[in-house]
Amino acid sequence: MEKTWNNKAWFMVLPVLVLVAFSAVVPLMTVVNYSVQDTFGNNQFFWAGTEWFQEMLESDRFWEAMGRNLIFSLVILAIEIPLGIFIALNMPKSGWGVPVCLVLMALPLLIPWNVVGTIWQVFGRVDIGLLGYTANALGFDYNYVNDPFDAWVTVIVMDVWHWTSLVVLLCYAGLVSIPDAYYQAAKIDGASRWAVFRYIQLPKMNRVLLIAVLLRFMDSFMIYTEPFVVTGGGPGNSTTFLSIDLVKMAVGQFDLGPAAAMSIIYFLIVLLLSWVFYTVMTNYGAER
Amino acid sequence: MARIDVNHIRHSYLPNPVKDADFALREVHHTFEDGGAYALLGPSGCGKTTLLNIISGLLHPSHGQLLFDGRDVTDLSTQERNIAQVFQFPVIYDTMTVYDNLAFPLRNRGVAEADVDRKVRETLAMIDLADWAKRKARGLTADQKQKISLGRGLVRSDVNAILFDEPLTVIDPHMKWVLRSQLKQLHRRFGYTMIYVTHDQTEALTFADRVVVMYDGQIVQIGTPAELFERPSHTFVGYFIGSPGMNVLPVTISGDTANLVSIKGPQAIRLPGVPKWKKVGIKELGIRPEYIRVGTEGMPVQVRKVEDLGRHQVLRALLGGTEIAAIIPEGGEIPAEPKVTFDPAGINLYEDSWRIEMGA
Repeated sequence: MEKTWNNKAWFMVLPVLVLVAFSAVVPLMTVVNYSVQDTFGNNQFFWAGTEWFQEMLESDRFWEAMGRNLIFSLVILAIEIPLGIFIALNMPKSGWGVPVCLVLMALPLLIPWNVVGTIWQVFGRVDIGLLGYTANALGFDYNYVNDPFDAWVTVIVMDVWHWTSLVVLLCYAGLVSIPDAYYQAAKIDGASRWAVFRYIQLPKMNRVLLIAVLLRFMDSFMIYTEPFVVTGGGPGNSTTFLSIDLVKMAVGQFDLGPAAAMSIIYFLIVLLLSWVFYTVMTNYGAER
Repeated sequence: MARIDVNHIRHSYLPNPVKDADFALREVHHTFEDGGAYALLGPSGCGKTTLLNIISGLLHPSHGQLLFDGRDVTDLSTQERNIAQVFQFPVIYDTMTVYDNLAFPLRNRGVAEADVDRKVRETLAMIDLADWAKRKARGLTADQKQKISLGRGLVRSDVNAILFDEPLTVIDPHMKWVLRSQLKQLHRRFGYTMIYVTHDQTEALTFADRVVVMYDGQIVQIGTPAELFERPSHTFVGYFIGSPGMNVLPVTISGDTANLVSIKGPQAIRLPGVPKWKKVGIKELGIRPEYIRVGTEGMPVQVRKVEDLGRHQVLRALLGGTEIAAIIPEGGEIPAEPKVTFDPAGINLYEDSWRIEMGA
């Protein structure tokens, strides 16, 4: 069969190309530009080659922040995915409970990120915060300003509160799309509750779970606003994630070269890890 | 295998049913004999799937009792009733192999692995999937998947009945024929009690020894395919079974002759006997297109159209303002001014839609 070439198609995608160019490619190229040069202002640039990249990859500061990011993302996934599945399984499938639950679940997702940060920053304060004050009154030595562990707990609980709903909603969508006949067949086959989950619900949630894991991984790996508002990266550097460090470096210290190099490494890592997740999970799904 | 008694069962999906119309199943009282092959036939929404789900225990009836071999199972769970059911869309556990799919119901019941293996292999041979045992179930075709659903029922040797809920809907036409004959074979060889729900008359008539026709939440007729065709006990059965369905015409009766209401002047259609009326109701005459003779004698009709179906032609014509269908056998001719007569052997009479017996 002869292939028809229709060059008009290119004009159709042109607006998108332009849009993507200005929103993503051009800024990215600017960053690339900074990452290989040194500048002292006045629009004077000196070629620096891979110097900034080497500096970054050899700095402890970078790897420590990276470690914190990885731990944070893993903890977030380990909590939010099972919890989200659990809540979705227990949500009502019909009746008035459905809209109520859906609205309740959607609420945290509707709150702007910096507002979430502010809410928890106040909530956790020892002097006036409901959580901080109550915890101390009950005898827990909780203070997220001084104690790195408490700071971590606060940031993680905040993220769980904010984003578990997303996993719940995705899983719920996967669950309600399972035809009744599957559950009926399972009853006839005498399947236990666990077998129903393992052999019907989990396989049918496979696709949405992939999306949930990807979204939650990328988002948590790039987290910035909430910990910035709550802890500002402290106490010490204990909650200084890559993004927070990056802003400190670029805006605070005005080290544009290293910051640009770090951005690019950061970007490549997010891309790489997302690709690994995606490949592993889709292959796992296809093979089964 | 078991005899199934459906004992005055009524079912409503509403919490407080009052009127007859509130019931999806108005009242069903029937016995499915042990080892019988039954078809539940009826249009969508007539209650046939409801009845099936009550038998399998997925639904609890609002009223009435269900007996398996005389034992009351109304309050037993699906699992305790030991029923197999095949659904409209193939249900398979697609992360498992074909083998594991069949082993699943046995393993859930704690059967020893050696017995599981023996039963699964037997069943795989029965449903012709022995070569596919190690394959993942998800890559199979729709008819193979449907066989797996069936196999999960057959693998339990002690099932009381196998229920089918329109199992061939998603199967390709040529495979439908194959699967249906395999089902019949299984039935003959192993004598399962089978209840088969469908809205397709061909499927029902070819599968079942006895067809249960349902309409509007009740059973309107139970009979062999021939009985349903020759003596439909309700005008609905006449209309629903047969292609095209039975012609139903309002009549007035005197003795053993009938006159069509729609035509002026007497036609004195001869009846096979004197009808035994039960009460005074709306009287109708039913005649299948196969029993209308087209020729140059009888009642004049106006031809609307002629459908050529290959083996025969269907004449659609107006008889005194009512449209009727008549089948003209292969090689038959339609004269220029066609007239029709009714073959008395094919005439049934109805009073308020129910069939009336005629004496000699």
